Amino acid sequence: MHISEGVLSGPVLACGWALAAGGVALGLRRVDYDRLMTVAILSAAFFVASLVHVPIGPVSVHLILNGLLGAVLGLAAFPAVCIALLLQAMLFQFGGLVVLGVNTVDMALPAVVCALVFGPLLRAGGKARLVGAFCCGFLAVLGAGLLTALALALSGEAFLTTAKLILLAHVPIMCAEGVLTAMVVGFLAKVRPEMLASSGLAG
Amino acid sequence: MIDEPLSRGPSPVHRRDPRFRLVACLALSLVAALAVNSGTPLVILAAGLVMTGLARLPLGLVARRFTAVNAFVAFLWLVLPFTTPGTPVTAAFHGIAATREGVALATLITLKANAVFFCVLSLLATIPAPALGGALRAVGVPDKFAFLFLFTYRYLHVIHEEYGRLATAARLRGFAPATSLHAYRTYAALVAMVLVRAYDRSQRVYQAMLLRGFSGRFASLDGFRAGRGDLAFLLAALAVAVAGGALDLTFWRGHV
Repeated sequence: MHISEGVLSGPVLACGWALAAGGVALGLRRVDYDRLMTVAILSAAFFVASLVHVPIGPVSVHLILNGLLGAVLGLAAFPAVCIALLLQAMLFQFGGLVVLGVNTVDMALPAVVCALVFGPLLRAGGKARLVGAFCCGFLAVLGAGLLTALALALSGEAFLTTAKLILLAHVPIMCAEGVLTAMVVGFLAKVRPEMLASSGLAG
Repeated sequence: MIDEPLSRGPSPVHRRDPRFRLVACLALSLVAALAVNSGTPLVILAAGLVMTGLARLPLGLVARRFTAVNAFVAFLWLVLPFTTPGTPVTAAFHGIAATREGVALATLITLKANAVFFCVLSLLATIPAPALGGALRAVGVPDKFAFLFLFTYRYLHVIHEEYGRLATAARLRGFAPATSLHAYRTYAALVAMVLVRAYDRSQRVYQAMLLRGFSGRFASLDGFRAGRGDLAFLLAALAVAVAGGALDLTFWRGHV
Protein backbone atom coordinates (compact mmCIF):
# COMPACT_ATOMS: atom_id res chain seq x y z
CA MET A 1 0.00 0.00 0.00
CA HIS A 2 1.89 3.00 -1.23
CA ILE A 3 1.08 6.49 -2.23
CA SER A 4 3.28 7.37 -5.15
CA GLU A 5 5.35 10.49 -5.31
CA GLY A 6 3.75 13.71 -6.47
CA VAL A 7 0.23 13.16 -5.15
CA LEU A 8 0.21 14.57 -1.63
CA SER A 9 0.25 18.20 -0.56
CA GLY A 10 3.12 19.87 1.30
CA PRO A 11 1.53 19.97 4.77
CA VAL A 12 0.53 16.28 4.60
CA LEU A 13 4.06 15.32 3.54
CA ALA A 14 5.61 17.40 6.33
CA CYS A 15 3.22 15.91 8.90
CA GLY A 16 4.11 12.42 7.70
CA TRP A 17 7.82 13.13 8.07
CA ALA A 18 7.43 14.59 11.56
CA LEU A 19 5.38 11.61 12.80
CA ALA A 20 7.69 9.10 11.10
CA ALA A 21 10.82 10.73 12.56
CA GLY A 22 9.27 10.64 16.04
CA GLY A 23 8.22 7.00 15.66
CA VAL A 24 11.58 5.91 14.26
CA ALA A 25 13.47 7.75 17.03
CA LEU A 26 11.26 6.15 19.69
CA GLY A 27 11.64 2.73 18.07
CA LEU A 28 15.43 3.04 17.87
CA ARG A 29 15.67 4.06 21.51
CA ARG A 30 13.83 0.90 22.57
CA VAL A 31 16.23 -1.33 20.66
CA ASP A 32 19.68 -1.74 22.16
CA TYR A 33 22.66 -3.18 20.32
CA ASP A 34 21.92 -6.66 21.70
CA ARG A 35 18.65 -6.76 19.80
CA LEU A 36 19.59 -4.66 16.79
CA MET A 37 20.73 -7.62 14.71
CA THR A 38 17.49 -9.48 15.46
CA VAL A 39 15.45 -6.49 14.33
CA ALA A 40 17.56 -6.12 11.17
CA ILE A 41 17.28 -9.74 10.08
CA LEU A 42 13.58 -9.95 11.00
CA SER A 43 13.01 -6.80 8.92
CA ALA A 44 14.66 -8.59 6.02
CA ALA A 45 12.39 -11.59 6.66
CA PHE A 46 9.29 -9.38 6.65
CA PHE A 47 10.46 -7.76 3.42
CA VAL A 48 10.77 -11.21 1.85
CA ALA A 49 7.44 -12.39 3.31
CA SER A 50 5.71 -9.37 1.81
CA LEU A 51 6.80 -10.61 -1.61
CA VAL A 52 4.72 -13.79 -1.10
CA HIS A 53 1.64 -13.81 -3.30
CA VAL A 54 -1.47 -15.38 -1.84
CA PRO A 55 -4.58 -16.14 -3.90
CA ILE A 56 -7.88 -14.61 -2.78
CA GLY A 57 -10.51 -16.07 -5.10
CA PRO A 58 -9.54 -15.24 -8.67
CA VAL A 59 -6.86 -12.65 -7.87
CA SER A 60 -3.48 -12.95 -6.23
CA VAL A 61 -2.35 -10.32 -3.75
CA HIS A 62 0.91 -9.79 -1.98
CA LEU A 63 0.98 -9.80 1.80
CA ILE A 64 1.51 -6.66 3.86
CA LEU A 65 1.95 -8.33 7.26
CA ASN A 66 2.25 -5.08 9.18
CA GLY A 67 0.08 -6.49 11.99
CA LEU A 68 2.46 -9.40 12.42
CA LEU A 69 5.40 -7.01 12.22
CA GLY A 70 3.99 -5.01 15.13
CA ALA A 71 3.26 -8.18 17.12
CA VAL A 72 6.86 -9.38 16.79
CA LEU A 73 8.86 -6.14 16.75
CA GLY A 74 6.71 -3.77 18.84
CA LEU A 75 7.87 -0.17 18.52
CA ALA A 76 10.80 -1.27 16.36
CA ALA A 77 8.17 -1.67 13.61
CA PHE A 78 8.72 2.02 12.82
CA PRO A 79 12.39 1.79 11.78
CA ALA A 80 11.71 -1.62 10.18
CA VAL A 81 8.95 -0.22 7.94
CA CYS A 82 10.95 2.90 7.12
CA ILE A 83 13.94 0.80 6.03
CA ALA A 84 11.79 -1.59 4.02
CA LEU A 85 10.30 1.38 2.13
CA LEU A 86 13.72 2.93 1.61
CA LEU A 87 14.91 -0.37 0.16
CA GLN A 88 11.86 -0.51 -2.10
CA ALA A 89 12.63 2.98 -3.38
CA MET A 90 16.24 1.98 -3.96
CA LEU A 91 15.64 -1.46 -5.48
CA PHE A 92 12.34 -1.03 -7.34
CA GLN A 93 11.78 2.78 -7.35
CA PHE A 94 8.35 2.31 -5.75
CA GLY A 95 7.71 5.57 -3.96
CA GLY A 96 10.46 8.08 -3.40
CA LEU A 97 12.15 9.85 -0.55
CA VAL A 98 9.57 12.59 -0.10
CA VAL A 99 6.55 10.32 0.56
CA LEU A 100 8.66 7.99 2.69
CA GLY A 101 7.45 9.69 5.87
CA VAL A 102 3.74 9.38 5.11
CA ASN A 103 4.07 5.80 3.86
CA THR A 104 6.03 4.82 6.98
CA VAL A 105 3.36 6.22 9.29
CA ASP A 106 0.56 4.62 7.24
CA MET A 107 1.92 1.14 7.80
CA ALA A 108 3.83 1.36 11.09
CA LEU A 109 1.44 3.38 13.25
CA PRO A 110 -1.53 0.94 13.03
CA ALA A 111 0.92 -1.94 13.58
CA VAL A 112 2.28 -0.40 16.79
CA VAL A 113 -1.17 0.58 18.06
CA CYS A 114 -2.49 -2.96 17.45
CA ALA A 115 0.51 -4.45 19.24
CA LEU A 116 -0.13 -2.13 22.17
CA VAL A 117 -3.85 -2.97 22.38
CA PHE A 118 -3.73 -6.71 21.64
CA GLY A 119 -0.29 -7.48 23.10
CA PRO A 120 -1.71 -8.93 26.33
CA LEU A 121 -4.07 -11.20 24.31
CA LEU A 122 -1.15 -12.40 22.15
CA ARG A 123 0.73 -13.55 25.22
CA ALA A 124 -2.33 -15.15 26.84
CA GLY A 125 -2.61 -18.33 24.79
CA GLY A 126 -5.50 -20.43 23.53
CA LYS A 127 -8.52 -18.76 21.95
CA ALA A 128 -7.57 -15.30 23.25
CA ARG A 129 -4.30 -15.41 21.33
CA LEU A 130 -6.07 -16.50 18.17
CA VAL A 131 -8.56 -13.62 18.43
CA GLY A 132 -5.85 -11.10 19.32
CA ALA A 133 -3.66 -12.15 16.40
CA PHE A 134 -6.59 -12.01 13.96
CA CYS A 135 -7.41 -8.50 15.19
CA CYS A 136 -3.75 -7.45 14.78
CA GLY A 137 -3.62 -8.66 11.18
CA PHE A 138 -7.07 -7.37 10.23
CA LEU A 139 -7.00 -4.01 12.00
CA ALA A 140 -3.41 -3.13 11.07
CA VAL A 141 -4.28 -3.39 7.37
CA LEU A 142 -7.55 -1.54 7.97
CA GLY A 143 -5.65 1.20 9.81
CA ALA A 144 -3.09 1.42 7.02
CA GLY A 145 -5.90 1.75 4.47
CA LEU A 146 -7.64 4.41 6.56
CA LEU A 147 -4.44 6.45 7.03
CA THR A 148 -3.65 6.19 3.31
CA ALA A 149 -7.17 7.35 2.50
CA LEU A 150 -6.87 10.15 5.06
CA ALA A 151 -3.56 11.37 3.60
CA LEU A 152 -5.17 11.45 0.15
CA ALA A 153 -8.37 13.11 1.34
CA LEU A 154 -6.44 15.81 3.24
CA SER A 155 -4.45 16.61 0.09
CA GLY A 156 -7.56 17.63 -1.82
CA GLU A 157 -11.23 16.77 -2.17
CA ALA A 158 -10.51 15.54 -5.68
CA PHE A 159 -8.89 12.46 -4.14
CA LEU A 160 -11.94 11.46 -2.08
CA THR A 161 -13.15 8.89 -4.61
CA THR A 162 -9.64 7.53 -5.07
CA ALA A 163 -9.31 7.18 -1.30
CA LYS A 164 -12.61 5.28 -1.07
CA LEU A 165 -11.64 2.95 -3.92
CA ILE A 166 -8.29 2.16 -2.29
CA LEU A 167 -9.99 1.39 1.02
CA LEU A 168 -12.57 -0.84 -0.67
CA ALA A 169 -9.88 -2.78 -2.54
CA HIS A 170 -8.24 -3.63 0.76
CA VAL A 171 -11.25 -5.31 2.40
CA PRO A 172 -10.46 -8.82 1.09
CA ILE A 173 -6.79 -8.32 1.95
CA MET A 174 -7.72 -7.44 5.55
CA CYS A 175 -9.58 -10.74 5.98
CA ALA A 176 -6.75 -12.77 4.45
CA GLU A 177 -4.17 -10.97 6.59
CA GLY A 178 -6.22 -11.54 9.74
CA VAL A 179 -6.48 -15.29 9.12
CA LEU A 180 -2.81 -15.62 8.16
CA THR A 181 -1.60 -13.55 11.11
CA ALA A 182 -3.63 -15.71 13.51
CA MET A 183 -2.08 -18.85 12.01
CA VAL A 184 1.48 -17.47 12.02
CA VAL A 185 1.20 -16.28 15.62
CA GLY A 186 -0.12 -19.72 16.62
CA PHE A 187 2.88 -21.31 14.90
CA LEU A 188 5.36 -18.93 16.55
CA ALA A 189 3.79 -19.44 19.98
CA LYS A 190 4.43 -23.17 19.66
CA VAL A 191 7.89 -23.03 18.07
CA ARG A 192 9.55 -19.81 19.39
CA PRO A 193 7.36 -18.30 22.12
CA GLU A 194 10.18 -15.91 23.04
CA MET A 195 9.70 -14.11 19.72
CA LEU A 196 6.27 -12.95 20.86
CA ALA A 197 7.19 -12.38 24.49
CA SER A 198 10.07 -10.08 23.64
CA SER A 199 7.84 -8.02 21.40
CA GLY A 200 6.62 -6.21 24.51
CA LEU A 201 6.84 -2.50 24.01
CA ALA A 202 8.97 -2.45 27.13
CA GLY A 203 11.50 -4.65 25.25
CA MET B 1 14.70 -10.77 -8.00
CA ILE B 2 16.28 -8.68 -5.24
CA ASP B 3 19.25 -7.42 -7.14
CA GLU B 4 20.72 -4.04 -7.82
CA PRO B 5 21.62 -4.12 -11.49
CA LEU B 6 21.42 -0.32 -11.59
CA SER B 7 24.05 0.28 -8.93
CA ARG B 8 26.99 -0.93 -11.00
CA GLY B 9 28.54 0.79 -13.95
CA PRO B 10 31.42 2.95 -15.10
CA SER B 11 29.26 5.96 -16.01
CA PRO B 12 29.96 9.52 -14.84
CA VAL B 13 26.88 9.33 -12.58
CA HIS B 14 28.11 6.16 -10.87
CA ARG B 15 31.48 7.80 -10.18
CA ARG B 16 29.97 10.71 -8.23
CA ASP B 17 30.28 10.70 -4.45
CA PRO B 18 27.26 8.80 -3.00
CA ARG B 19 26.70 11.48 -0.34
CA PHE B 20 26.38 14.14 -3.03
CA ARG B 21 24.06 11.95 -5.10
CA LEU B 22 21.83 11.39 -2.07
CA VAL B 23 21.63 15.12 -1.28
CA ALA B 24 21.01 15.99 -4.95
CA CYS B 25 18.25 13.36 -5.14
CA LEU B 26 16.60 14.73 -1.97
CA ALA B 27 16.73 18.34 -3.15
CA LEU B 28 15.42 17.61 -6.64
CA SER B 29 12.60 15.31 -5.48
CA LEU B 30 11.54 17.72 -2.76
CA VAL B 31 11.20 20.62 -5.20
CA ALA B 32 9.35 18.45 -7.72
CA ALA B 33 6.99 16.95 -5.13
CA LEU B 34 5.98 20.31 -3.65
CA ALA B 35 5.45 22.10 -6.97
CA VAL B 36 2.07 23.67 -7.73
CA ASN B 37 2.76 24.50 -11.38
CA SER B 38 3.65 21.98 -14.07
CA GLY B 39 6.74 23.87 -15.30
CA THR B 40 8.81 22.97 -12.24
CA PRO B 41 8.36 19.17 -12.41
CA LEU B 42 9.03 19.46 -16.14
CA VAL B 43 12.44 21.04 -15.39
CA ILE B 44 13.24 18.33 -12.81
CA LEU B 45 12.00 15.64 -15.19
CA ALA B 46 14.37 16.95 -17.87
CA ALA B 47 17.25 16.89 -15.36
CA GLY B 48 16.29 13.35 -14.31
CA LEU B 49 16.15 12.16 -17.92
CA VAL B 50 19.57 13.70 -18.67
CA MET B 51 21.08 11.96 -15.63
CA THR B 52 19.39 8.67 -16.52
CA GLY B 53 20.93 9.00 -19.98
CA LEU B 54 24.35 9.79 -18.53
CA ALA B 55 24.13 6.81 -16.17
CA ARG B 56 23.64 4.50 -19.20
CA LEU B 57 21.15 2.28 -17.38
CA PRO B 58 19.85 -0.83 -19.17
CA LEU B 59 16.86 0.35 -21.21
CA GLY B 60 14.69 -2.75 -20.83
CA LEU B 61 14.91 -2.55 -17.07
CA VAL B 62 14.20 1.18 -17.03
CA ALA B 63 11.11 0.55 -19.19
CA ARG B 64 9.85 -2.16 -16.80
CA ARG B 65 10.30 0.04 -13.71
CA PHE B 66 8.73 2.97 -15.55
CA THR B 67 5.63 0.89 -16.32
CA ALA B 68 5.32 -0.32 -12.73
CA VAL B 69 5.52 3.19 -11.30
CA ASN B 70 3.06 4.57 -13.83
CA ALA B 71 0.43 1.92 -13.05
CA PHE B 72 -0.75 3.99 -10.07
CA VAL B 73 -0.64 7.13 -12.23
CA ALA B 74 -2.83 5.39 -14.82
CA PHE B 75 -5.29 4.49 -12.05
CA LEU B 76 -5.43 8.17 -11.03
CA TRP B 77 -6.19 9.14 -14.64
CA LEU B 78 -9.23 6.84 -14.50
CA VAL B 79 -10.58 8.62 -11.42
CA LEU B 80 -9.27 12.17 -11.01
CA PRO B 81 -10.52 13.88 -14.18
CA PHE B 82 -14.07 12.86 -13.23
CA THR B 83 -14.00 13.54 -9.50
CA THR B 84 -12.37 17.00 -9.48
CA PRO B 85 -14.92 19.79 -9.34
CA GLY B 86 -14.63 22.35 -12.15
CA THR B 87 -15.68 23.21 -15.68
CA PRO B 88 -16.60 20.12 -17.70
CA VAL B 89 -14.71 19.53 -20.94
CA THR B 90 -16.50 16.39 -22.11
CA ALA B 91 -20.17 15.62 -22.54
CA ALA B 92 -21.76 14.35 -19.34
CA PHE B 93 -22.23 10.59 -19.29
CA HIS B 94 -24.69 9.52 -16.60
CA GLY B 95 -23.96 12.85 -14.94
CA ILE B 96 -20.21 12.23 -14.94
CA ALA B 97 -17.93 14.47 -16.99
CA ALA B 98 -14.21 15.10 -17.09
CA THR B 99 -13.29 18.58 -15.88
CA ARG B 100 -10.49 20.87 -17.03
CA GLU B 101 -9.21 21.13 -13.44
CA GLY B 102 -9.24 17.34 -13.11
CA VAL B 103 -7.19 16.85 -16.26
CA ALA B 104 -4.75 19.57 -15.13
CA LEU B 105 -4.36 17.90 -11.72
CA ALA B 106 -3.80 14.48 -13.26
CA THR B 107 -1.21 15.97 -15.64
CA LEU B 108 0.61 17.69 -12.77
CA ILE B 109 0.73 14.46 -10.75
CA THR B 110 1.97 12.49 -13.76
CA LEU B 111 4.80 14.99 -14.27
CA LYS B 112 5.71 15.06 -10.57
CA ALA B 113 5.67 11.27 -10.17
CA ASN B 114 7.87 10.78 -13.22
CA ALA B 115 10.23 13.62 -12.33
CA VAL B 116 10.85 12.00 -8.94
CA PHE B 117 11.03 8.55 -10.52
CA PHE B 118 13.86 9.51 -12.89
CA CYS B 119 15.74 11.32 -10.11
CA VAL B 120 15.49 8.30 -7.79
CA LEU B 121 16.40 5.98 -10.68
CA SER B 122 19.51 7.89 -11.74
CA LEU B 123 20.73 9.21 -8.38
CA LEU B 124 19.54 6.83 -5.63
CA ALA B 125 19.29 3.46 -7.40
CA THR B 126 22.82 3.91 -8.74
CA ILE B 127 24.26 3.92 -5.20
CA PRO B 128 25.26 0.44 -3.93
CA ALA B 129 23.50 -0.29 -0.60
CA PRO B 130 26.63 -0.31 1.59
CA ALA B 131 27.60 3.12 0.24
CA LEU B 132 24.06 4.36 0.81
CA GLY B 133 24.31 3.27 4.44
CA GLY B 134 27.46 5.36 4.81
CA ALA B 135 25.92 8.28 2.94
CA LEU B 136 22.87 8.20 5.23
CA ARG B 137 25.14 8.48 8.26
CA ALA B 138 27.05 11.31 6.61
CA VAL B 139 23.85 13.35 6.20
CA GLY B 140 22.92 12.90 9.87
CA VAL B 141 20.81 9.74 10.09
CA PRO B 142 21.37 7.99 13.48
CA ASP B 143 24.01 5.24 13.61
CA LYS B 144 21.48 2.62 14.68
CA PHE B 145 19.29 3.36 11.68
CA ALA B 146 22.25 3.02 9.32
CA PHE B 147 23.15 -0.26 11.08
CA LEU B 148 19.60 -1.60 10.60
CA PHE B 149 19.58 -0.49 6.96
CA LEU B 150 22.91 -2.16 6.19
CA PHE B 151 22.04 -5.46 7.85
CA THR B 152 18.48 -5.61 6.57
CA TYR B 153 19.92 -5.25 3.10
CA ARG B 154 22.76 -7.68 3.82
CA TYR B 155 20.36 -10.45 4.86
CA LEU B 156 17.65 -9.74 2.30
CA HIS B 157 19.32 -12.03 -0.22
CA VAL B 158 20.07 -14.75 2.33
CA ILE B 159 16.48 -14.82 3.62
CA HIS B 160 15.08 -14.65 0.10
CA GLU B 161 17.07 -17.74 -0.84
CA GLU B 162 15.88 -19.46 2.32
CA TYR B 163 12.29 -18.64 1.42
CA GLY B 164 12.95 -19.99 -2.07
CA ARG B 165 14.10 -23.32 -0.63
CA LEU B 166 11.00 -23.59 1.57
CA ALA B 167 8.71 -22.71 -1.36
CA THR B 168 10.44 -25.31 -3.55
CA ALA B 169 10.03 -27.92 -0.82
CA ALA B 170 6.31 -27.11 -0.59
CA ARG B 171 5.91 -27.40 -4.37
CA LEU B 172 7.79 -30.71 -4.44
CA ARG B 173 5.26 -32.04 -1.94
CA GLY B 174 2.44 -31.13 -4.32
CA PHE B 175 1.35 -27.79 -2.84
CA ALA B 176 -0.87 -25.77 -5.17
CA PRO B 177 -1.94 -22.18 -4.41
CA ALA B 178 -5.66 -21.93 -3.63
CA THR B 179 -8.12 -20.00 -1.51
CA SER B 180 -8.59 -22.74 1.06
CA LEU B 181 -7.90 -23.22 4.73
CA HIS B 182 -5.27 -25.82 3.91
CA ALA B 183 -3.44 -23.54 1.49
CA TYR B 184 -3.56 -20.64 3.94
CA ARG B 185 -2.19 -22.84 6.71
CA THR B 186 0.67 -23.77 4.40
CA TYR B 187 1.36 -20.12 3.58
CA ALA B 188 1.28 -19.28 7.29
CA ALA B 189 3.73 -22.09 8.06
CA LEU B 190 5.96 -20.84 5.25
CA VAL B 191 5.98 -17.29 6.57
CA ALA B 192 6.42 -18.43 10.17
CA MET B 193 9.32 -20.72 9.22
CA VAL B 194 11.05 -17.84 7.41
CA LEU B 195 10.67 -15.72 10.56
CA VAL B 196 11.89 -18.46 12.90
CA ARG B 197 14.96 -19.12 10.80
CA ALA B 198 15.68 -15.40 10.53
CA TYR B 199 15.38 -15.09 14.31
CA ASP B 200 17.75 -17.99 14.94
CA ARG B 201 20.18 -16.69 12.37
CA SER B 202 20.22 -13.25 13.96
CA GLN B 203 21.28 -14.75 17.30
CA ARG B 204 24.14 -16.65 15.67
CA VAL B 205 25.28 -13.62 13.67
CA TYR B 206 25.25 -11.37 16.70
CA GLN B 207 27.20 -13.90 18.78
CA ALA B 208 29.75 -14.17 15.99
CA MET B 209 30.08 -10.40 15.88
CA LEU B 210 30.56 -10.16 19.64
CA LEU B 211 33.22 -12.83 19.38
CA ARG B 212 35.08 -10.65 16.91
CA GLY B 213 34.97 -7.68 19.23
CA PHE B 214 32.01 -5.73 17.79
CA SER B 215 31.33 -2.69 19.95
CA GLY B 216 28.55 -0.99 17.99
CA ARG B 217 30.81 0.82 15.53
CA PHE B 218 32.07 -0.12 12.11
CA ALA B 219 35.53 0.67 10.88
CA SER B 220 35.10 1.36 7.18
CA LEU B 221 38.01 0.76 4.81
CA ASP B 222 36.84 2.95 1.98
CA GLY B 223 35.74 6.35 3.16
CA PHE B 224 34.14 8.90 0.90
CA ARG B 225 36.34 11.28 -1.01
CA ALA B 226 34.76 14.14 -2.90
CA GLY B 227 36.63 15.71 -5.78
CA ARG B 228 36.07 18.77 -7.91
CA GLY B 229 33.79 16.86 -10.27
CA ASP B 230 31.55 15.85 -7.36
CA LEU B 231 31.28 19.43 -6.18
CA ALA B 232 30.45 20.65 -9.69
CA PHE B 233 27.79 17.96 -9.98
CA LEU B 234 26.21 18.86 -6.64
CA LEU B 235 26.20 22.57 -7.46
CA ALA B 236 24.59 21.89 -10.84
CA ALA B 237 21.90 19.72 -9.24
CA LEU B 238 21.21 22.29 -6.53
CA ALA B 239 21.07 25.04 -9.16
CA VAL B 240 18.38 23.08 -11.03
CA ALA B 241 16.49 22.55 -7.76
CA VAL B 242 16.69 26.26 -6.85
CA ALA B 243 15.66 27.30 -10.37
CA GLY B 244 12.68 24.92 -10.21
CA GLY B 245 11.75 26.22 -6.78
CA ALA B 246 12.00 29.84 -7.90
CA LEU B 247 9.83 29.10 -10.94
CA ASP B 248 7.23 27.54 -8.65
CA LEU B 249 7.38 30.45 -6.21
CA THR B 250 6.73 33.07 -8.93
CA PHE B 251 3.79 31.00 -10.18
CA TRP B 252 2.43 30.64 -6.66
CA ARG B 253 2.77 34.39 -5.96
CA GLY B 254 0.95 35.16 -9.18
CA HIS B 255 -2.00 33.06 -8.05
CA VAL B 256 -2.45 34.22 -4.47
